[in-house]
Amino acid sequence: MPSTPTRTWHPPRLIEPTWLRLFVAIAVLVYLALALSTIDVNWTRVSEGLVRAGRLFAGFLTPNFTARWSDIQQGMIESLTMTVTATVAGVILAVPFGLGAARNIAPLWLYAICRSVIAVARSLQDIIVAIFFVAMFGFGPFAGFLTLTVSTIGFLSKLLADDIEEIEPAQVEAIRATGAGFWQVIDFAVASQVVPRLVGLTAYKVDINFRESSVIGIVGAGGIGATLNTALDRYEFDNAAAILLIIIAIVMVCEYASGWIRKRFA
Amino acid sequence: MLVIEGLTKRYKTGDAALNGVSFRVDAGEIVGLIGPSGAGKSTLIRCVNRLVEPTSGKIELANTAIMALKTGELRRMRRRIGMIFQEFALIERLTVMENVLAGRLGYTGFWASWFRRFPPADVARAIGLLERVGLIDHIDKRADALSGGQRQRVGIARALAQEPELLLIDEPTASLDPKTSRSIMRLLTQLCRERNLAAIVNIHDVALAQMFLPRIIGLNAGRVVYDGPSSGLTPEVLTTIYGAEEWTARPGSDDDEDDDGGIATGARHTSLPLEVVAR
Repeated sequence: MPSTPTRTWHPPRLIEPTWLRLFVAIAVLVYLALALSTIDVNWTRVSEGLVRAGRLFAGFLTPNFTARWSDIQQGMIESLTMTVTATVAGVILAVPFGLGAARNIAPLWLYAICRSVIAVARSLQDIIVAIFFVAMFGFGPFAGFLTLTVSTIGFLSKLLADDIEEIEPAQVEAIRATGAGFWQVIDFAVASQVVPRLVGLTAYKVDINFRESSVIGIVGAGGIGATLNTALDRYEFDNAAAILLIIIAIVMVCEYASGWIRKRFA
Repeated sequence: MLVIEGLTKRYKTGDAALNGVSFRVDAGEIVGLIGPSGAGKSTLIRCVNRLVEPTSGKIELANTAIMALKTGELRRMRRRIGMIFQEFALIERLTVMENVLAGRLGYTGFWASWFRRFPPADVARAIGLLERVGLIDHIDKRADALSGGQRQRVGIARALAQEPELLLIDEPTASLDPKTSRSIMRLLTQLCRERNLAAIVNIHDVALAQMFLPRIIGLNAGRVVYDGPSSGLTPEVLTTIYGAEEWTARPGSDDDEDDDGGIATGARHTSLPLEVVAR
């Protein structure tokens, strides 16, 4: 005979006292209601905007690739150039910073310097960096190239350093035990463990950089973003639609390619 | 050939992993190192090639004081000491051949090793070793595509590629099944005999140690508590090494139903007597 259950059970709750749980829930709802009531909606602007949105979508149905083709082509070439050069420069610079920022291979002073550089490179949003570089070097793709390089360093060196910190230490020990030098240990025991992921992350960063290149163009850093901005400023929604469709197509191609690369190198 | 005197290792936390360990190993002699988990076996062999820095004491390999060596000298000394690991410690994503050639890194310049252009003599030696350990057909396979026993053979070939005088072998069979364990131990002892290599073998499995290793050193809490022939491992000796346990019990002849049953072969359990009792 199974004995009758004498205990009940429920999963542990995040906030155990019932009154406190209810109080928190009600407080959140009241705050949400108050916050929503302070948003001032200008309904006439909304209706104008909806009309414009309608025109934008109508433009999408009739994208015009030909009217400003030479502008689109130039913007696209600039964007792709920026993406590729910035990613390459970024990877080349990210590798030494990544090595220096891994606590298990770098001495403390180097670690501190590299982690600070990475923190600075990551703390500023790309658009703000782009505004700085446009102010320093003027309008055009050079500012965009610098922006994306900084962003690639921040992204890749941090992830590379974190990866290196999590490698299998036994392999490092084994290679050190053969009498190998420091850089041989890095090559055999460290690189062989992190390079596949570094390749994958780089491929991923290429498609992020391409998308970024179209955004930072809006603040003057050249590329397809600048072309898109001009088209929108002139209310040429059919041209804008053509540009957006091209961006979407290229992003999809990049994504497919990076997925394939990651699979090959895993 | 290897002389260890008064070796002590104290970790930063203050725990003494090794406490005045002394023994010597002659050329061509294979020594088994047994003891409970945490007795300092791994620390001891890592002190010999200074993967772990000893706190005090003396280690001499062929009359060279290892503890006084500077970085470059230490690297050259490490070339003479091969090491084999419990979890094999192969470079998983590299090929079998690259793993074996890694044993030559100490003799190879950085750029030569970067482009994997090892001297023809090293390549020939590596091929010979792969033939000897029976893996010549897997030469271009990635190390992570091999089975456990095959991986350990690659680990052995890598250590021998160094042409060492001494092998440090850390739990060579702990990740392997019993049959593979025996064949690996047989291979190791044969190779040591062929090449007149000295070896220190950390080993958990007392029965396996007795089967293959003529001399045993017992370590408990960082001290040598036994040093003698493996035939001298009586229940009393095992108790001084591992602590009290029913050493003569065999599986099947065990009266106590709550007991683990595998004690006679499973030295591993004896380091955790409380756990066995708690079950």
